[in-house]
Amino acid sequence: MAFLEFKDARIVGISAAVPLQKFSNLHPDNQTHFSSDYSPEDFVASTGVEEGRETKTLTTSDLCFEAAEQLINELGWKRKEIGALVFVSQTPDYMMPCSACILQNRLGLSQECYAYDCTLGCSGWVYGVSQVFSLLNTGNIKKALLLCGESHKISEYYPRAPLFGSAGTATAIEYKEGAKPIFCHYGTDGSGYESIIVPEGGTRNPPLPTSFEKKWDGNELLNGLQIHMKGIDVYAFSVTTAPKSIKKLAEKYGINYMDADFIVLHQANKMINNAIVKKINFPQEKSPSSLTHFANTSSASIPLTMVTQIRDALRSKSNKLICCGFGVGLSWGTVAFETTADIVIPDLVEVEELS
Amino acid sequence: MELDEFTKKIAGLFRNTAPNLFNAKTELKELDEWSSILALSIVSMIDEEYDVMLRGDDVKNLKTIEQLFNVVKEKSEKEND
Repeated sequence: MAFLEFKDARIVGISAAVPLQKFSNLHPDNQTHFSSDYSPEDFVASTGVEEGRETKTLTTSDLCFEAAEQLINELGWKRKEIGALVFVSQTPDYMMPCSACILQNRLGLSQECYAYDCTLGCSGWVYGVSQVFSLLNTGNIKKALLLCGESHKISEYYPRAPLFGSAGTATAIEYKEGAKPIFCHYGTDGSGYESIIVPEGGTRNPPLPTSFEKKWDGNELLNGLQIHMKGIDVYAFSVTTAPKSIKKLAEKYGINYMDADFIVLHQANKMINNAIVKKINFPQEKSPSSLTHFANTSSASIPLTMVTQIRDALRSKSNKLICCGFGVGLSWGTVAFETTADIVIPDLVEVEELS
Repeated sequence: MELDEFTKKIAGLFRNTAPNLFNAKTELKELDEWSSILALSIVSMIDEEYDVMLRGDDVKNLKTIEQLFNVVKEKSEKEND
């Protein structure tokens, strides 16, 4: 059973950066790739995504860099003290090298820095949290950064997908003896790997000129480098698995999840998120959503929701949080922890396009 | 569970299709308003109202409302066994 419990470390800061440029789903321009079979209004009504942030120039590491800079500065952390950097994304800068190495240098961190990438999506932040906590647990590394994000850089060959937005986030975690424990639960079901997939461009189906040809996937015309999704299967998976994971964690560690100040879910879409909250009988108003203005930002969605929706509450008192990520893989996880009122959450950073 | 009531609940999810067009023999995918998002709304409604979770394959080869009703009924009975 993938239950984990970590002591002696805590989350001390969270930041997020988004491209300045917005796209609108209610008033789409010709760059939006809407399936031909529904209207923009129907799309917005069921997904909840009115608009999102997009970019033609910024990569995921550019966005995470801006988020991390802001956070390091506001925390007053010395860069040489940051002993680990974990970068979580499904849209890294290059096929190789990993973006964590590039960010180690760009952020001015020590060469004595443990740095690597993790290729998870919607469950990425909750997985990343346990990775960093386990690194800090040894007591040798005192400060670490978890950088999670996606950049769906749009172009002629990569049309905008109206469900997905771009964002980069940074979570600062430090070693602290006697800190309250964090409880985690994780799960995986690779039988559903095709439910959300970019089918071409890797080594299974290497990129070819035909990768750019649009093919009918049963619902819409997509080229091989775009995200293909089996909507109904993703719905069924999410609405079944997320509530179970939350309940399992609560049962294992004797937590009453109804006592949580907030349950922050990965922002999949409105229909899925509302159904999950309903299934556990938790008040909708205590499960904040950033879907309306920021869309589904994959591994960035949980920290981005904290920064944009519950920042004041987090900075005013200690809060009991439960965070649950679920999706591509299929992969999921839930973490429960307490934040303290001294948590550092900078203003949302809006990043201009590179010239 | 009743077919009439089920048909009404399906009809309620369509905003631009006249309610009198819905009966047991209605082929959902032939309706102008049919879309992948409506399919998702139907799956969500069935989950909520009947506590039955459909998969993509359940919906893929579906034609009439009655067929869908029978799939839901069968799954619901299986779960209650």
